[in-house]
Amino acid sequence: MRKLITAVAAAVACLTAAPALAAGGAEHPKDVKYSFEGPFGRFDQAQLQRGFKVYQEVCASCHSTNLVAYRHLAMRNAPFWDENYPNPNESPYARTIAAAAQIPDIDSETGDAILRPGTVADRIPNPYPNEAAARGANGGALPPDLSVITKARHGGADYIYSLLIGYPNPPRGLTVPAGQYYNKYYAGDLSSYWAPAGVEPEEAHDSVPKGGFLAMPPPLREGQVTFDDGTPATVNNMARDVGAYLQWVTEPKLIERKQTGLAVIIYLTLFAGLVYASYRRIWRNVAH
Amino acid sequence: MSGHSTYIPKSGFEKWLDARLPIIRLGYDAMVDYPTPRNLNYWWTFGGILTVLLLTQIVTGVVLAMHYTAHVDHAFASVERIMRDVNYGWMIRYIHSNGASMFFIATYIHMFRGLYYGSYKAPREVIWLLGCILFFLLIATAFLGYVLPWGQMSFHGAAVITNVIGAVPVVGGSILTWLQGGFAIDNPTLSRFFALHYLMPFMIAGVVGLHIWALHVPGNNNPVGVLIPQDLQRRDTVPFHPYYTVKDGFAIIVFLIMFSVFVFFNPNALGHADNYIPANPLVTPAHIVPEWYLLPFYAMLRAVPDKFGGVIVMFASIAVIFALPWLDTSKVRSNRYRPVAKQFFWLFVVTTLVLGYCGGQLPDAPVIPGVETFTLFDGQLNSYLWLTRLFTLMYFAYFLVVLPLLGLKETPLPVPPTISAPVLSHAGGDGGDGGAYGGSTHGGVVKPGAGYAGRPAVAEPERRG
Repeated sequence: MRKLITAVAAAVACLTAAPALAAGGAEHPKDVKYSFEGPFGRFDQAQLQRGFKVYQEVCASCHSTNLVAYRHLAMRNAPFWDENYPNPNESPYARTIAAAAQIPDIDSETGDAILRPGTVADRIPNPYPNEAAARGANGGALPPDLSVITKARHGGADYIYSLLIGYPNPPRGLTVPAGQYYNKYYAGDLSSYWAPAGVEPEEAHDSVPKGGFLAMPPPLREGQVTFDDGTPATVNNMARDVGAYLQWVTEPKLIERKQTGLAVIIYLTLFAGLVYASYRRIWRNVAH
Repeated sequence: MSGHSTYIPKSGFEKWLDARLPIIRLGYDAMVDYPTPRNLNYWWTFGGILTVLLLTQIVTGVVLAMHYTAHVDHAFASVERIMRDVNYGWMIRYIHSNGASMFFIATYIHMFRGLYYGSYKAPREVIWLLGCILFFLLIATAFLGYVLPWGQMSFHGAAVITNVIGAVPVVGGSILTWLQGGFAIDNPTLSRFFALHYLMPFMIAGVVGLHIWALHVPGNNNPVGVLIPQDLQRRDTVPFHPYYTVKDGFAIIVFLIMFSVFVFFNPNALGHADNYIPANPLVTPAHIVPEWYLLPFYAMLRAVPDKFGGVIVMFASIAVIFALPWLDTSKVRSNRYRPVAKQFFWLFVVTTLVLGYCGGQLPDAPVIPGVETFTLFDGQLNSYLWLTRLFTLMYFAYFLVVLPLLGLKETPLPVPPTISAPVLSHAGGDGGDGGAYGGSTHGGVVKPGAGYAGRPAVAEPERRG
């Protein structure tokens, strides 16, 4: 029976995974060995803090994470969790980080628009006042909100990592439009920009490079941030760490979920054994 | 099988209540004393599994509704806020979203079981019809629920499916506007979909009551598929409790283990990544697909070149299931004794799986890449379009050609006269009618004198998979 259910589940998973394959001509994301993978996975807190630093100093100048409040940063399993401060609202780390931010607000006496230091209850402010401003500053493209980004892209954190390191020099024959950048992990269709020298246009169709154009220039360069724990700030390290941070941003309850799941599965397995024993006993004299 | 009631009120309160509202009697007759064929295999446990899933969906859904905001500007963020800031909100929401998929897994198995063992044949046609109504309500509820998180797939899926109604000639446009609450999918659509999504599970619960009521009149079908004559009731049935409460209970827990693997370790495996992008009417996803459980019907909708024709085929694919009791002409219920029908049954299972796979593919994509083909009417022969058409034909042929003709042509294997004949030979004993139901080993659970008999002298029960 269990075999059967697994088979059905596997068939279902195959059916649903299938549309992903047809999604676009991008390179499959590189597999990063993250600590939070697998049923026993945990976040690496040092990595989350490094990722937060990359996010704050690089990503946050264009991208928002509207759903993340400063208090979230000090929850259990979060980058700045400290067991001495079980209530994240009292965490000095969250308070310090929040206080450094300028939050748009309204003066309650005069009604004037003001900026005030943040509190733990505030959400991380959007770098742009509105969508038009965001598009205007980015050549018409809207930098997506990153609150649920690893759930919203096939490949999750692996995809984030791959995209950030995936800016090779465009292959010869590919015309990159102004204000656009070639990335081999970004889904797109490059066939109308592809004209390799000495190849007939009909045959060129078969050799269109994988990837697409996006408006985000390569965001990371060597030594861009200074990691406090002495980790070398290579593009590779920064991309990996910010991938982990964005996984936490997307699923702050990831570890709680997996730990609860283990307990649930163990409980149900024992319960199943007990009920099966009862079943054998109750039916032992009945032919069926 | 719903013979006269055997409930005897014992305490003073029970006697008092029984004379005024015999509700304990109802529960006793339906869930304790209900005579159940003793040869039911694990395929019969999915009714119980579905009951548990319906309750789970209603309980988690009511809690989600307390935190959800049905407004186009807030719906997406409110769902995400449930998962971040509500206590155990992530668990409640993931149980509810994966619960929908589990509901369909169990429903499809339940329906295929009915199909294989002929559970739709006289005298059980009404059970089958009510089941078809439940299936239809389930599809509607699941579709409405998928719109509520207001992601890209929610929005554009809703657009595709409501536009289907717009294809109806003459009145389609007006119905579409009425359904959407405007000229496009917008806030009025979301709020009415939320209201209906909250309403329909209770309609489902009502029809489930009728489904079980209708079941308890003729009693369960069984793998042998023969009716149990009144005089053999005592020999061939066991009381529902404890025999089937414990067997269903075991199956329910095993199913919950599988459910938990999805909820806790891969909660988004059955969904689509695009639905975590907030709905944007101006950006259409590259590839709009419904959830996996609707893919076979979506495939059939797309396979017909005419839009209204596609709508007719899609609704006909569900309507034909309603007609099944009158399409199958065979007198034999169980496919166990119908060797040819059994092969067609498995071919039909494969047909639905292939249709589901086709529904997830681009219609123009080649089935076997790199194979030279030619254009047949409106598409390449080597494309999912034509594969879908072939299997749509097979889907309808199963109901409209195979089942009507096969019943007249096929020579079934000899069907045992009673269910105890194969049970007893299967168990290795010579059977016999056994002694009277002693009730000694399970005394207290089944009242002595309830009269379930038929204990052959077999020590070890044989289980069927």
